[in-house]
Amino acid sequence: MRIKCPYCGERDSQELSFLGQADLVRPDPDGTDAQQAFHDYVHIRPNPAGVNRELWLHAHGCRSWIIVERNTLTHAISSVEYASPRFREKAQ
Amino acid sequence: MKYSIFSLIHQAFRQQQDWKPAWREPEPKREYDIIIIGGGGHGLATAYYLAKEHGLRNIAVVEKGYIGGGSVGRNTTIVRSNYQEPGNIPFYEWSLKLWEGLEQDFNYNAMMSQRGVLNLYHSDSQRDEYARRGNAMMMHGVKADLLDRDGVRALVPFLDFENGRFPIQGGLLQKRGGTARHDAVAWGFARGADSRGVDILQNTEVKQIRVENGRTIGVETNRGFIAAKKIGLAAAGNTTRVAETAGLRLPIESYVLQAFVTEAIKPLIPCVVTFGGGHFYISQSDKGGLVFGASLDGYTSYAARGNLPGVEDTIEEAMAIMPGISRVRLLRHWGGIMDMSMDGSPIIDKTHIDGLYLNCGWCYGGFKATPGSGWCFAHLIATNETHPNAKALRLDRFATGHVIDESGTGAQPNLH
Repeated sequence: MRIKCPYCGERDSQELSFLGQADLVRPDPDGTDAQQAFHDYVHIRPNPAGVNRELWLHAHGCRSWIIVERNTLTHAISSVEYASPRFREKAQ
Repeated sequence: MKYSIFSLIHQAFRQQQDWKPAWREPEPKREYDIIIIGGGGHGLATAYYLAKEHGLRNIAVVEKGYIGGGSVGRNTTIVRSNYQEPGNIPFYEWSLKLWEGLEQDFNYNAMMSQRGVLNLYHSDSQRDEYARRGNAMMMHGVKADLLDRDGVRALVPFLDFENGRFPIQGGLLQKRGGTARHDAVAWGFARGADSRGVDILQNTEVKQIRVENGRTIGVETNRGFIAAKKIGLAAAGNTTRVAETAGLRLPIESYVLQAFVTEAIKPLIPCVVTFGGGHFYISQSDKGGLVFGASLDGYTSYAARGNLPGVEDTIEEAMAIMPGISRVRLLRHWGGIMDMSMDGSPIIDKTHIDGLYLNCGWCYGGFKATPGSGWCFAHLIATNETHPNAKALRLDRFATGHVIDESGTGAQPNLH
């Protein structure tokens, strides 16, 4: 599997480290349902069979956090972008 | 037909012409009392014990592929109970006790071989950790032996004891652990369940679990709707896909794990050996092939195949302890989908939906648990009460904080 890092270009996936599901939003600790919300945030995953958005760290490269859109059935990668909105804007 | 020396002699005189298929191919009935989703080891064991121990007969096992085609036929066949966490030890020890009597119980040769499981340690701190694990086992009545280097050398003299990076200092041995013939386990349970009236429906894929007013009423399949009051979900890597049709969200992620087998060589490895410097386990099958595996590929996947970095990593670990096998050729390697839970331990529990029971999160340790899982899941489905040996394996433990994290890595399933 090769991943096209937005900064370094196409690299072997061994250079990158997988964190997991992207777009998980940390709940408000002062919210009324904080306990349930944190349980869901930490433990519950969508785990789709198909296209998924996930966070990878280019650990042995530019050390950017990137969001990879990857099909979990085929391992085909459809898009890669910086995780940080600031870098995303810069790149455009 | 009961298998015995007499049935063998009888068949020998009849040119082996009278053997019957080990299980039927029935048409689905319109309604069952209990449907088990997933005809793998755990699903079949559950149906078997429901029929045998609880006297229930009107049961179907629904399998989307064929019996023995999923993880039960794609693992490294290791059986053991050398766990550390108090929630895990009684369960896995009960499972091992069932393994010890399994072949007589279901009248099938599962080639259960208690050849021992040896976990190598490579440093002083790892020795202390293994001593602690051995003590935890013995506190629960499970025998463990801590071997020094000479003890390991007497058992497996061909290891690389002087490896520069991972010198072998000793190992923790569970003599009662070992291996079993994986697909014979599936076939034995299937035959045992079938002979007691359980319908095994192969090539029957569940499309949806139907729920009305908070109760399960049956399953939609590619062969039509089948009604059932109780549904047991034992779908391993596809658990979340099936559960989500009933609106369940689970603490499970699916990852691919690879396994390997080499060409057959003469008897070399007398027991199961695991490498303590990483995560690698190897044994030798009765045919002579070396069967081994390592960690997950590291990213979520439903593709039942791995990638080359996983292969490289596994082979490197093999070379760190057994350089002598470097010229042995690989015959096959394959990948299977693991239902990784958020703490690395399994779940056998009810759900908030009446009549829907859950058996999942086996990570990549499900094979050894097959009889114990079937036993406890059958008890839960039949009596609606958790079996004492599975009382820690609850779905709500993530909410209450009673997680059973053997490796201490937290909610990061690719690291378990």
